[in-house]
Amino acid sequence: MFKNITIGQHYPIESFIHNLDPRLKIVITFLFIISLFIINNFLAYSLVVLFIGTVIILSKVPFLMVLKGLKPIFIIIIITFLINIFMTSGEVLYQLGPLDITREGLRQAGFMGLRLILLIIGTSMLTLTTSPILLTDGIESLLNPYKRIGLPAHELAMMMTIALRFIPTLMEETEKIMKAQKARGADFESGHLLKRAKSLVPLLVPLFVSAFRRADELAMAMEARCYRGGENRTRMRELGYTRKDVYAGVFTFIYMALIITSRFIW
Amino acid sequence: MSIKTVNLIFKYSEGTQFETRALDDINIEIKKGDFVGIIGHTGSGKSTLIQHFNGLMKPDKGDIIIEGKSLKAKSTKLKLIRQIVGLVFQYPEYQLFEETVYKDVAYGPINLGLKDNEVEERVKYAIELVGFDYKEVKDKSPFDLSGGQKRRIAIAGVLAMKPQYLILDEPTAGLDPAGRNEILSQVEKLHRKSGITVILVSHSMEDIARLVKHIFVLNKGKLYMEGTPKEIYSQSEELKKIGLGVPQVVEIMKELKKKGFNINTDIFNIQDARDEIIRVLGSNLNV
Repeated sequence: MFKNITIGQHYPIESFIHNLDPRLKIVITFLFIISLFIINNFLAYSLVVLFIGTVIILSKVPFLMVLKGLKPIFIIIIITFLINIFMTSGEVLYQLGPLDITREGLRQAGFMGLRLILLIIGTSMLTLTTSPILLTDGIESLLNPYKRIGLPAHELAMMMTIALRFIPTLMEETEKIMKAQKARGADFESGHLLKRAKSLVPLLVPLFVSAFRRADELAMAMEARCYRGGENRTRMRELGYTRKDVYAGVFTFIYMALIITSRFIW
Repeated sequence: MSIKTVNLIFKYSEGTQFETRALDDINIEIKKGDFVGIIGHTGSGKSTLIQHFNGLMKPDKGDIIIEGKSLKAKSTKLKLIRQIVGLVFQYPEYQLFEETVYKDVAYGPINLGLKDNEVEERVKYAIELVGFDYKEVKDKSPFDLSGGQKRRIAIAGVLAMKPQYLILDEPTAGLDPAGRNEILSQVEKLHRKSGITVILVSHSMEDIARLVKHIFVLNKGKLYMEGTPKEIYSQSEELKKIGLGVPQVVEIMKELKKKGFNINTDIFNIQDARDEIIRVLGSNLNV
């Protein structure tokens, strides 16, 4: 039942994009998101598509895999699209009962829809090409300067790593407990809402119990190996920029410059 | 009446390059009243097979006939099948969830839609069947019990549904020798007293050896061997090929025979082995 979740999934192959420094990739993703909100016309979208298209091709991730990430938010995109089409006032093009389709509405809907789609594709490119461990390493390293004002950067990153690590484990566990309760005649599928919510108790209680047990065991195992937070902690894999990162940085810089100019020219 | 599989095939990740046949053309029959063992290595398909026995998994090809009812037939109610075939998973204590032992064991019977007095009767029956004092334990929290006790309560939760077949998947995994003996002797007693059909799944020959009357050996999704313990253990070379051994007792008896002792090798438990060795040595000493 959980096999279709692709958001946040990693696609482990070797490519130009995969080998970039995670810190750079996070920053580029942020810039990409900002660029989506800077642009104010359709022509500029061609720039965005060109940019993300280049990234997808360089990353060697199959295009279908990228599109799969859109599936969970498909309904949100459709709703945004419809609301924008019908709820924007302006020059009426077509009347559908009490609802007007306006020129401005159509433009707005297309604009918003495209923005959402590109937003998801852009961010899923980050997770598709970066392993969760590298991602949290990158976040930790980016948050490091804020340690001075009391932000526990290392702890936050460690928590994220552990949380990500346990998602598949807990899913497996859920499936197992579900089967065990089904073998005792449990029914998770039928009945009205309240009954269904109630039927989840025999699933959730053991799941929580085992999550706490696992957390306890993990904490114990970490302490047994003398784990002590961030201070003076060395790491197996040091992050470092290479020539590739310079190319990617320059490419992004040019892209951002074009995006900003597009606002003034078109 | 029996549980019978007909050309049972089950595939994982069908249609992808990772497609594997977890079960490959399995034809077995488990007769009512029997005490059988299913043995095989990790990944041999035993867990997949037993989940077919109570309809938790559906075969890709082939069929399973449970008490004359085909799992393929639309008229077959899964709830009824799950009542007939009780399945105790590995580490069943992790499925406990209620505040009291009573409520947890009652979960199954309540799901069957039984009346209150009938539920109570069954809970009492099941708790006593796994060797507890009903009055003493019923209001305790299941989470306060020891590992082996929790497991017995979890088994009681399945027994309270009064299944005709009881499947136990690795019931002794993770228990110390005392807990292991406790569970296995409970199961043996249960089979003897109530005549319930028991299907014991394990990867350890030691556990299975002294209890079961019939053994199915699975390897890579296929039925590798089947027969009485005696028949199975006589083929120790074949078993070693797939990474399974014979019980140590059998091994010792065979070695002794090789060394020239006139010893009976059809012995599967330590008690009998001791008696046999004393007998042989005794007769040697007399000479």
